[in-house]
Amino acid sequence: MTNLYGFIFQFIQLIMTLVLSPLLLGWINQCRYWLQNRQGPGVFQPYRQLVKLFCKDAVLADNASPLFRMTPYFLFACMCLAGTIVPVLATNLPFASVADVIVLVGIFALARVFLALAAMDIGTGFGNLGARREMMIGFLAEPALLMVLFTPAFISHSTALTTIVDTLSHTRFIIYPSMAFAMASYLMVLLAENSRIPVDNPSTHLELTMIHEAMLLEYSARHLALVEWASSIKLYDYFVIGFALFVPWGIASGNHLSSMLLAFLALFIKLAFAGFGLAIVETLSAKMRIFRVPEFLGTAFMLAVLGTLTHFLLEA
Amino acid sequence: MIPLSGQLLNLLAAVFLLIAFAMLAQRRILSLIHLYAYQGLVLSLSTLIVAYSTHQPHLYYSMLLNFLLKVLIVPWILHRLIHRLNVQWDVETLLNIPTTMLIGLALVIFAFNLSLPIVQLAGTINRSTLGIALASVLLSFLMMITRSKAVPQVIGFLALENSLIFAATSITYGMPMMVELGIALDVLVGVFILGVFFFHIRNQFDSLELKHMEKLKDN
Amino acid sequence: MEILLLLFVPLSGGILLALFGNHRLAAELNSIISFLTLINAGFLTARIISYGPIVAFHEQFFVDPFNIFLVTLTALVAFTTSLFSRPYMRIEQHHGKLTENRLRLYHCMYQLFTFTMLLALLTNNMGILWVAMEAATLTTVLLVSLYRTPASLEAAWKYFIICGVGIAQALFGTILLYFAAEKLLGIHSSLLWTHLDKIKDRLDPTVMSVAFVFLLIGYGTKVGLAPMHNWLPDAHAEGPTPISAVLSGLLLNVALYAVVRCKILTDGALHSHFAGNLMIGFGLLSLIVAVFSLSHQKDIKRLFGYSSIEHMGLITFAFGMGGPIANFAGLLHMTVHSLTKSAIFFTVGHAAQKTRTQVMENIRGLLIQSPTVGWGLMLGSLAILGMPPFGVFASEFLILTTAMKQQPWATPLLLMALAVAFAAIFGKVQPMVFGETTAQRTPRPPALLPIFVHLSLVLMLGLFIPMYLANWYREAASLIGY
Repeated sequence: MTNLYGFIFQFIQLIMTLVLSPLLLGWINQCRYWLQNRQGPGVFQPYRQLVKLFCKDAVLADNASPLFRMTPYFLFACMCLAGTIVPVLATNLPFASVADVIVLVGIFALARVFLALAAMDIGTGFGNLGARREMMIGFLAEPALLMVLFTPAFISHSTALTTIVDTLSHTRFIIYPSMAFAMASYLMVLLAENSRIPVDNPSTHLELTMIHEAMLLEYSARHLALVEWASSIKLYDYFVIGFALFVPWGIASGNHLSSMLLAFLALFIKLAFAGFGLAIVETLSAKMRIFRVPEFLGTAFMLAVLGTLTHFLLEA
Repeated sequence: MIPLSGQLLNLLAAVFLLIAFAMLAQRRILSLIHLYAYQGLVLSLSTLIVAYSTHQPHLYYSMLLNFLLKVLIVPWILHRLIHRLNVQWDVETLLNIPTTMLIGLALVIFAFNLSLPIVQLAGTINRSTLGIALASVLLSFLMMITRSKAVPQVIGFLALENSLIFAATSITYGMPMMVELGIALDVLVGVFILGVFFFHIRNQFDSLELKHMEKLKDN
Repeated sequence: MEILLLLFVPLSGGILLALFGNHRLAAELNSIISFLTLINAGFLTARIISYGPIVAFHEQFFVDPFNIFLVTLTALVAFTTSLFSRPYMRIEQHHGKLTENRLRLYHCMYQLFTFTMLLALLTNNMGILWVAMEAATLTTVLLVSLYRTPASLEAAWKYFIICGVGIAQALFGTILLYFAAEKLLGIHSSLLWTHLDKIKDRLDPTVMSVAFVFLLIGYGTKVGLAPMHNWLPDAHAEGPTPISAVLSGLLLNVALYAVVRCKILTDGALHSHFAGNLMIGFGLLSLIVAVFSLSHQKDIKRLFGYSSIEHMGLITFAFGMGGPIANFAGLLHMTVHSLTKSAIFFTVGHAAQKTRTQVMENIRGLLIQSPTVGWGLMLGSLAILGMPPFGVFASEFLILTTAMKQQPWATPLLLMALAVAFAAIFGKVQPMVFGETTAQRTPRPPALLPIFVHLSLVLMLGLFIPMYLANWYREAASLIGY
């Protein structure tokens, strides 16, 4: 019985990942418009965008290899898989036990490698440029992300996300100073990994300093739709990982429908607030020069290491 | 299990360390002064929590003193100073922040290790924060070494003093009141004197860059 | 009561001079206040000699043979320096280097500096000792930068930053000391030296050894121990000469006093020679670094600044060895060094004024223009180089013989260092004194009395040490212990 419920929840979670991620993106954009005193197209704009793109005919470059065509599907699959591993609504998910946080980082890295390869596949200047920058950011952000994840792993003596969330959400309330460092670091990694301001500007591909957009220039129609969708899922994944680590309260541990509903409500509120927060961060900061990015991510890494160190000093 | 006050103190200590790092990386003089004020605030708050949870009346005075001096008076003086010197928008070119950060990280590890044997002897609720205090001391040193302008160097010096007081609160619940008063007086007088000093330096060298002041050598 | 008066006189003097320091007779007033301080110190000394150590004002002040000897020395040198500074500063003013306001600042800070020195010596509280040392830095920073030249500002900045950082380490050491003692003594008396001294063998050895390292480096910075000595030559060279004299003659001594007080506690807690060995190491290092820097100096005040580092190294070495004889020698050397060095700075000050330069190549033939200044410099240099029959010879001889017995490996180093110092300083002083003159008359006659008072005292200490003085040194030496 439990197993069946587990699979049902797992399925619900997957659907939610797919459905909620464009909504989250729309919400963030809408908040940004409000903060900039603009009307905005409404929170459902990303759905319309996706529908529009899916309806169009795809155009491919002559020299595009199969890799180029495969990548959008692959990317989409990776992000969806990541979304199913993270305990969003409940902690007893059947899929979650197959992978721990290190695998999670690995999945993101895999997706990144494919995207970068596809960007270089056509051989345009912008594609190469974007791929290089993306790899530089990945090279700096991944160690930081790993260090961030190690701090809660040390606290709960496990690298499995479900165990971490269980430990953090269901024991007595304890302040972990190390988690404050980890949180600051995680926020910086989130900004860098999802191509948000101040590292990259997600809303334009007219800048010479663009990173993410430069890699997508050759994609059109359904391919582009998938890649865009995948990146919105990635953002959603990062959000829910953040919730799981730093604000795990409200997550369901049993299989009761009521606790499930509560968890759903909690998730919704958390997403709304976090999205608004991200919009504020993006509105308040200016995009930094690309050469400052290593400094930014170096700081993130340092904060993560500090978090681990303070864990040993203060909480051991 | 650590009691709630202990957890709060640990959190504040972590913030203290964070501010020390932020100071190390901060380029703007004005933001540096704000950071210094925040550091003083964290120091006062943690002293307040210690005072409340251990019922040490002299710590309330110490907290009040710290608050007045380090959150209000000294930052105010520094503000006035940089306005008068017209350097409030000065941005320092710092060489290689990541390297500085890595050195800072190494210093933190060293400080944590050095503090371990001492911490084991202490009986205070916030004893484990000694490592952080010591780390902040070393980071302030590092800041003084890496800075090339006069005002940031002095802020580094003041942060150093903050960290020392933090260390005192963490292992012994603060120093005797008379000594704390004396230290506070020294800090205040020191800031005044340095303020006067900045004007002399600027009059002589037309800037507060310390690179003009490397002329005295043997021979 | 004497203690309070002793502290009150320079403090009120400082305030008084802050108001009237630019008056025509301010320099005389400065001397009178210093003289009153000296008389007070004399009374206090007499009382200690006849009644033994005293503790006063809720145990906040404490006088024993060790610090009363430094109190007297401080008061004496402060007085003679004020006599010297009277004509010196007037000539400086005449040369247009100073305005009246700066002179007021100078007089005020001079008295406040004396006050902080006396406070550091008399206090029983290790925390107040720290506060007084820091205050001494603050008062002298303004004195070093008195001329407001680029060089003097640089020197003062360096002095402030290096000593500030150093003294911060000493604060950390003091915190650790308090931490070690707090469990045994409670909050109110655990920084009081008299209490600490009683329970020193129960202090935790780990904490005390870490604390001593911080205290030694911290106060050692103010002593001018290598490698934290960089500020010292600059501050000596760029400040007004009376300040060089009191820095060398008083401040270094008082900082060393703080180190020795901490060493006594650490020795008691550790029952080992850890503190002593550290001091021997730092002392020897400073000695060697200083003597090798002597030979390539061009500025006369820098030269003698390095010479101060050398002698402080030697004294630190002596206290590091410990034992009654080495401590006796260390105390004697402290006395004779501060007397001789301040006398040298007096003559150097006048010589620099007569030739209008501090560069040694341009100071020539002092003897022709002013035999007293010339001979003063010559005799002072000979004295500081350890020539018999001066007192420095006696103390260096004692240190060397003790070193032969206790640390034989260090003896050749010491001898070599002394020889190098002799060659460097004598080779530079000799042409300055003899030969064609470059000196001119100054608008006022130099103050010769302080020079000859100091030199004759040093001579006396070399020929015979009065009975009560010897007893006094011996008592102090036994207090310091092994």
